[in-house]
Amino acid sequence: MRSSAIAARLVGDEMMVMSTADSTFFTLSEIATLIWQAADGHTPLSEIVRRKICSEFEVAPEEALRDAEQFVADLSDHGILRVSTHPIREHTTDTA
Amino acid sequence: MTIDIGGMAIAVRNQSPGFRELLASRYAGFIRPDSQPRLELSVDLFEPSGWDRADEDVTVKRTGREWHIQRGDFSARWDLDAGKGSVRQTANPYAIDSALRIAHSLLLAEEGGFLVHAASAIRNRRAFLFAGASGAGKTTISHLAPSEVSLLTDEVSYIRRQFDGYYAYGTPFAGELARAGENESAPLKTLFLLAKGPENRVEEVEKTEAVRSLLSNILFFAEDQELVAKVFHSACQFADQVPVRRLIFVANKSVWEIIR
Repeated sequence: MRSSAIAARLVGDEMMVMSTADSTFFTLSEIATLIWQAADGHTPLSEIVRRKICSEFEVAPEEALRDAEQFVADLSDHGILRVSTHPIREHTTDTA
Repeated sequence: MTIDIGGMAIAVRNQSPGFRELLASRYAGFIRPDSQPRLELSVDLFEPSGWDRADEDVTVKRTGREWHIQRGDFSARWDLDAGKGSVRQTANPYAIDSALRIAHSLLLAEEGGFLVHAASAIRNRRAFLFAGASGAGKTTISHLAPSEVSLLTDEVSYIRRQFDGYYAYGTPFAGELARAGENESAPLKTLFLLAKGPENRVEEVEKTEAVRSLLSNILFFAEDQELVAKVFHSACQFADQVPVRRLIFVANKSVWEIIR
């Protein structure tokens, strides 16, 4: 799920995300943006990859999931995304 | 003494004649006794102890409605809603300068504006910003400006969002040029990201790079997530509305032929 301690904005096709805790800054690619926008705290990552990535891009599901897991882990390390094995119920992020 | 920068007046109150003389000299051109202050700061001076370090990092935090600012050579607290606060500092100009910059950065953040590490100037009734880290050429560009150009600052630019767009205002915050800017303002035409090169040319900049570069040059000190988010959105909105270009330039007067 998207962290609440961030500010995000879609600029063109890319999502710009900034941690409001330490001002770390990320620019997400088109695919990463799709994952980010779908990170609602209760849809499994595998389902996001299947519905949003594999259906739109020519990529093998296993490879797409592997890349998505790495991407999610990176953002989680920076406090941008929250990762859990169970659905997360929390407040919304500041996204424009 | 009321110091009006960018149309945001801050009154600085202290009885010491020497300190008042220091303020009058440093902020000449920006002193407006008739301006209604947004903030009144009562300044209390103390003797330097040798332990008060102006080169320490400043901390700016909010507790409830009150901001608390701390650096080696000064501390301050103020309530922007109430418009009142105090500064405790040694009698040096850098402390009050920093306090004023921080106050302005907070006032501007609430309104979609910001201070940015950039030179700015007015030509043909339009303002231009020249942003970049130390050594990028802000003072050089300022120094090379033709006589009809009004320099607003060679170091810290003041940007306000008005109903009809963004405006740049002159500030007394000088860099190596060592002189205050003109107390003028104009609608902002272009933000140039400076880079020195073998020829003068202007390049397009991707929107995401524009936002990233702007954010890296915005002067913002507060450890406050809500306000940091506002500044982020302000930078994105600015990049949507104001052209951002890369200005590659040769360090001579010819660069101003392409700044129009």
